[in-house]
Amino acid sequence: MTARLGVVVFPGSNCEHDVVRALGLVAAADDVPAVAAELVWHGQRSLAGYDAVVLPGGFAHGDYLRPGAIARFSPVMEALAGFAAAGGPVVGICNGFQVLTEAGLLPGALQKNRGLRFVCATVGVTVESDRSVLTADVAPGTRLALPVNHFEGNFTCDAATLAALEAEGRVVLRYTEDVNGSARRIAGVCNEAGNVVGLMPHPERACDALTGATDGMVLLGALLRATARRAGTAVGA
Amino acid sequence: MREGDADVRFEVLVEVRLRPGIADPQGATVERALPALGFEGVGAVRVGKAIRLSVEAADAEGARARAGAVADRLLANPVIEESVITVTP
Repeated sequence: MTARLGVVVFPGSNCEHDVVRALGLVAAADDVPAVAAELVWHGQRSLAGYDAVVLPGGFAHGDYLRPGAIARFSPVMEALAGFAAAGGPVVGICNGFQVLTEAGLLPGALQKNRGLRFVCATVGVTVESDRSVLTADVAPGTRLALPVNHFEGNFTCDAATLAALEAEGRVVLRYTEDVNGSARRIAGVCNEAGNVVGLMPHPERACDALTGATDGMVLLGALLRATARRAGTAVGA
Repeated sequence: MREGDADVRFEVLVEVRLRPGIADPQGATVERALPALGFEGVGAVRVGKAIRLSVEAADAEGARARAGAVADRLLANPVIEESVITVTP
């Protein structure tokens, strides 16, 4: 049985097709078991049958009130909380990261960037931890060049949470230079179990040499392998 | 609420603001603009949101409680924000 990965589409999501296409490119280029990536409408109340879920970038529900503030009450989110609690791989990219923090599935909050500067650039990121489903196959210390494209990516949390994230290896990705004012230049974090990950950079936009960058492939490759493991279809697993 | 009590509409102002100690990029940017505009002696700028609601409740305390529940669940993100509620009949 083919592993299935759901990409949640909220009204206002705009990176869902990029994610599906990038996962296909990664699976083709890498020695990754076949994973069927499918769009999942946010109104769906069940995630039964899925082995991993991605919340893509965009402006879910118009980002009204705060990014993710309305999206966290979308019908699919209750199923997502159960899926995450059961250990299912969940990755939130950019707006998806904001939704996961609003939903309480990841700690902290993403504030407006320092200096109220919208950043759209390819930035340096260091993989800090291999204990997340997105970085499990990547050696800590690996440097990646990944695109960012956001106004609210300034990661903020209280001092105790920040200390815990650092101590527990839950800072997954860190910018090599200050990009948006994030505490400790944090670009991505994971939950305690490592199965829920949020990141502001867009790995799906760095998976095709034609568009100038392929550093996102190692991250999505790790996600595909985690998906296959979850489905029990991993070769040699 | 006692049987037969009619609900009254209260105008409620919910002020959502960042918790003390949370960096405020909007406030900092506004504050930095002030001296250039000639506003000396104006500082400690904090930017928040003002949200007006009309709430049906038996009394002002009931309206405050309902608006507080709305603020806690949706209007404010408790990780970084707090809310102040003002009720006017």
